[in-house]
Amino acid sequence: MSYHFEFSWLLQYYPEIIKGVLITLELIAIGGVLGISLGIFCAWVRALGPAWLKPIVAAYVELIRNTPFLIQLFFIFFGLPSLGLHLSELTAANLAMVVNLGAYSCEIIRAGIQATPKGQFEAGESLAMTRFETFRHVVLVPSLQRIWPALSSQVVIVMLGSAVVSQIAAEDLTFAANFIQSRTFRAFEAYIVSTSIYLALAILLRQVLGLIGWFIFPRRAVR
Amino acid sequence: MITFTLWDILRNLLLATRWTVLLSLVSFVGGGMVGLCLLFLRISRRKPPRVLAKYYIELFQGTPLLMQLFIAFFGLGLFGIDVPAWLAAGLALILWSAAFLTEIWRGCVEAVAKGQWEASASLGMGRLQQMRYVILPQALRIAIPPTVGFSVQIIKGTALTSIIGFVELSKAGTVVTNATFQPFTVYGLVALIYFALCWPLSKSSQILERKLNVAHRNH
Repeated sequence: MSYHFEFSWLLQYYPEIIKGVLITLELIAIGGVLGISLGIFCAWVRALGPAWLKPIVAAYVELIRNTPFLIQLFFIFFGLPSLGLHLSELTAANLAMVVNLGAYSCEIIRAGIQATPKGQFEAGESLAMTRFETFRHVVLVPSLQRIWPALSSQVVIVMLGSAVVSQIAAEDLTFAANFIQSRTFRAFEAYIVSTSIYLALAILLRQVLGLIGWFIFPRRAVR
Repeated sequence: MITFTLWDILRNLLLATRWTVLLSLVSFVGGGMVGLCLLFLRISRRKPPRVLAKYYIELFQGTPLLMQLFIAFFGLGLFGIDVPAWLAAGLALILWSAAFLTEIWRGCVEAVAKGQWEASASLGMGRLQQMRYVILPQALRIAIPPTVGFSVQIIKGTALTSIIGFVELSKAGTVVTNATFQPFTVYGLVALIYFALCWPLSKSSQILERKLNVAHRNH
């Protein structure tokens, strides 16, 4: 046990760490917004959409939910170029996150939609709302409000899962940690610091999502 | 140059799948045992153990599994402990899954009606007896579907151990890709094998949920 902790040298690598944090944040911002949008669309298809589209979306959701994110990432980054689709590291990472979160949030949002009483649809119709308006105002918003905590947890999980995009050389926080580790051989410090940053980001993200929920949903509780 | 037929690729991947399955089983059983101990801390009547378990869960749920693997693999190595990849992988996955299982099971214990605690206390049962004879049997029934569901997360989690060099299905995928230059086929097959492992579990979790729920409603 002759190991001495030494964190001070980490300071000189702060630009790498900050860059890594920013890219991780960017990944989760883009992945979160597009992923949840995709999830809403897929949930609409699975609950109320056209019959021919349902099995396609169901297959997508099952396939993504039952395979590791790492393999999805590798398939997109290394596999798709065989079909002539070359993506940069960051684009591939973003695409993988959107596809991944889309499938998970689809199931979460669908649960919220299915919990909407049938009478709500009829009530919407009786107010002369179109099908889209009924979905948008009567079904979707209360559903999202109902499942917002679960959705927030899923976004945090996807943010933490984004650590593996360093494996295709996307320069996120984990990439920075690996870089520092390979330069200094101070693995313990590099990983403890980056892990603490991840923990802080996870806590912060949960707070921010809670705030967003508080702002976008009408204050009256929908049960 | 050696040419690989599709069968060669598939055979090599299936051989590596053994280690994915084995590591998943170890993580699930080990995580379950650690998780059960943590569960007792988490629902203890005294505050310090409760808070301790809460921080443990927060720590392991709030950080990436990949980082936990790195710390177990590279970090411990610096203390002069020689950590083979399988040990770091197993250790990190056990500690990680324990955190999630504890939290799942706590929800199940809390779903048991409060009256059951009071009734068993009024029979003069101690805390351990209450758990053993009254609460856990009922919580177990509620816990089966989400626990089976979580086993899918563990199988997917084992894919990350390829990054610290444990040769399982994902690592085999990378190795075979490097040998064959057919990433599309290889990673496609890898994904299908993971799907074949995980999907039956997801499905049975859903079916169990429906079944146990129906039974619950008939009471």
